[in-house]
Amino acid sequence: MDAVVTVTHVDKSFNKKRILHDVNLTASAHEILGLIGPSGAGKTTIIKNIMGMEQPDDGKVTIFGNRMPNRQVLQRIGFMAQDDALYESLTGRENLKFFAQLFGVKKDQLNERIEYTAGVVNLNQDLGKRVSNYSGGMKRRLSLAISLIQDPDLLVLDEPTVGIDPELRRQIWDELRKYAKDGKSIIITTHVMEDAAECDELLMIREGHIITHGSPASLEKEYNVDNLEQVFLKAGKSNENSNNN
Amino acid sequence: MRILTITKRIFVEMFRDKRTLALMFVAPLFILSLMYFLFQSNTNTVADIGTYNVSSSLVKTIDNKHIKIHKMTSDVSAKKTIRDKDYAGFIKKTDGKLTVTYQNADQSKTAIIKKSVQMALIKVQMKQLVTATKKSKTGLIKMQAQLQQIKKQLPSTMSSQIPAPSAQKNMQKPTNLKLTQHYLYGKSDSSFFTTMLPVFLGFMVFFFVFLISGISLLNERNSRTLDRLLATPVKRSEIIYGYLTGYGAVAIIQTAVIVLFCIYVLSISILGSIWVVLLICFALAMVALSMGLFVSTFAASEFQMVQFIPIVVIPQIFFSGLIPVANMAGWLQVIAHIMPLYYGASALTDVIQKQASFSAVIPQFSAILAFLLVFIILNMIGMRKYRKV
Ligand SMILES: Nc1ncnc2c1ncn2[C@@H]1O[C@H](COP(=O)(O)OP(=O)(O)OP(=O)(O)O)[C@@H](O)[C@H]1O
Ligand SMILES: [Mg+2]
Repeated sequence: MDAVVTVTHVDKSFNKKRILHDVNLTASAHEILGLIGPSGAGKTTIIKNIMGMEQPDDGKVTIFGNRMPNRQVLQRIGFMAQDDALYESLTGRENLKFFAQLFGVKKDQLNERIEYTAGVVNLNQDLGKRVSNYSGGMKRRLSLAISLIQDPDLLVLDEPTVGIDPELRRQIWDELRKYAKDGKSIIITTHVMEDAAECDELLMIREGHIITHGSPASLEKEYNVDNLEQVFLKAGKSNENSNNN
Repeated sequence: MRILTITKRIFVEMFRDKRTLALMFVAPLFILSLMYFLFQSNTNTVADIGTYNVSSSLVKTIDNKHIKIHKMTSDVSAKKTIRDKDYAGFIKKTDGKLTVTYQNADQSKTAIIKKSVQMALIKVQMKQLVTATKKSKTGLIKMQAQLQQIKKQLPSTMSSQIPAPSAQKNMQKPTNLKLTQHYLYGKSDSSFFTTMLPVFLGFMVFFFVFLISGISLLNERNSRTLDRLLATPVKRSEIIYGYLTGYGAVAIIQTAVIVLFCIYVLSISILGSIWVVLLICFALAMVALSMGLFVSTFAASEFQMVQFIPIVVIPQIFFSGLIPVANMAGWLQVIAHIMPLYYGASALTDVIQKQASFSAVIPQFSAILAFLLVFIILNMIGMRKYRKV
C-alpha cells in the first residue's frame, strides 16, 4: 500500500522533559490508523508533529512525499484539533464558509460542500446558530465538518468522537470507512477501545513510546487475549520489562 | 482572496461585538467632547486679587477682563487674606514698594496676574518717560535704551494698546502707537483645544486601534483558532495583511467619524485637505495595528496586553507635540524620533492648522510608512513561532 504519512525516529521534548521517544509510523491510503493511549501519552504531540505545528527535535515527518512542515501539503489535509478552535461569534455556516474559502473551495461548490459536511455530522438544522450557543458535542461535530470541507486526501482527527452520541458515532465511522475505501488516508487518536476496534491499524502509545502496533485482530491474536484493553495492558507490561532490562 | 476572507471575518466579528464597536466609535467622541469643554473653559479664567494701598490709577491699569480686583480698606496680612478668601494674589504698596503675593495653586491664574501687573507697570513707566522726554532732550538716548529693554520684556501675545513715542521727528508730540496682531495660523480665539486637536486625533486613532487589534489577535491565539488557521494553506503574511485590511478599514471609518464630529459638532476648522488628514490617520492606524499585533505576541492574556499601554502608548503622548520637541534635551529628541505618534501628530498639525499640502508632509508620512514596514516584517517573523513555513 502507498504510504501517505511516514514518521521516522521522531523525538520531542518540552522544557527538557522527553515527551516522545523514537516514534515511527506509517499511514497508508485506504486505511484508518488509530493512535490509542491514556491521557498524557503524547497522542496530540504526535499529531502536532505530523501537521508541522511542532518541530520534532530529531527525526522527520513526510506527507505525500513532502518533508513537513510544508504549507502546500496542508491543502490536502483535513485537520481536527483536540480543542474546538472555532469562531464563537460566527454561525456554524459562517465558520464552515470561512475555512472553505481559505482552502479555495470554488464558489459554485461552496454551498454544496457546506450542506454535505454538515450532513455528515447532523448539523444542518443548527448551521444558522452562533457557535457560542452550541453545546460541547455540537462544537465537536462542527470541527469535524470543517475538517472535511475541502474534500481532503488525508484526515488527521484528534479525538473526533468525544461528546458524540452512539448513533451519530456509528454514522461518522461509516462515513470514515467510506472515505478509506475511496483511497483516503485517516489518522485518528482516541482513548476509547470501541473506537480502536474500528481502525485498520493500531498504534498503542504509553508515555511517549509506541508499545505495540498491528491490526486489532492480529494484536488480540498476538497477545492471546479477546479484547483490545487486555492487549494494551499486556503490551504495557512487556514494554516496561524490556525498558527495565 | 484569502486576505479578503480574513478581512471579512474580522468585520463580521467586530460588528457583532457591540461593546468593542462602541469603544471604537463612541469613546473617542466622548473623550474629545470632554476635552473640548475642559479646555474651552480655560480661556475665561478670572483671577481674584486683593489690593491694599495701591493707587486707584494703578489699579485701573492692572484691571482687565481676566482680573477681578477686591480693594481692602485695612492693612491685612497678604497670606491670611489669600488663604481666607481664596484669592489668586494680593498686591500691597508699602513705602513706595509694590509687593505681590501669589497663591500659586493655579499656575494659569498666577501667570495672568504676573502679566497684568507687569503690563501695568510698563504703562506707568512709559507715561513717566513720555513726560520726562518733554522736559529734556538729553534723556532721549537713555529713554530709547530703556524702551528697547521694555519692548524685549513685552510678551508677544500682549493684546493691549501701548502708548509709546513713535519716531524721533515727532518726539516732542508723542502719538499713540497702536498694536495690531496677526495670527499666522488659527484665529485669536484659538483655544488650547484647537491647537491640540491634531495631537488628540492622532493619539485617539493610535490608541484604540492598537488596543483592539492586539487583543483580537491575542484572542485568536488563545482560542487556538490561530493554530487552526495555520493548519490551512494560508500564508502567514496573508493573516497579517488580512488583519491590516480589516482593522485598517475600521480605522478609516473611525477617523472619518472623529474628523466629521470635530468639524460639524465642535465646529473646529481644518485648514488643509480632509483627505490628507484621513490618509495620515489611516497610515498611523496601520502602524498602531502592526504594533498591536506584534506586541500581542508577548502577552499571554488581555490583561497583559493592557500592561503594555504604559510602556508603548503613554510615552508617545509626551512626544506627540504636547510639549514642543524642539525644546527638549538632545537625548529626548532622539527618543521622540523613534515614536510613530511624533510623526503622525506633527503631520496632522501641519495639515489641520498650517494648511500643509500632502507633499509638505511627505517626510513625516514616509517615516510612518517606514515604521509600518518594520512592524509588518517583525510580525511575519513573530508568526514563525507558530508555523515555520
Ligand atoms: N506545549 C507543551 N509544553 C509543555 N508540555 C507539553 C506541551 N504539549 C504537551 N505537553 C506535555 O506532553 C505530554 C503529552 O501531551 P499530549 O497532549 O500529547 O497528550 P495526549 O496523549 O494527547 O493526552 P490526552 O488524551 O489527554 O489528549 C503531557 O505530559 C503534556 O503535559
Ligand atoms: Mg490529546
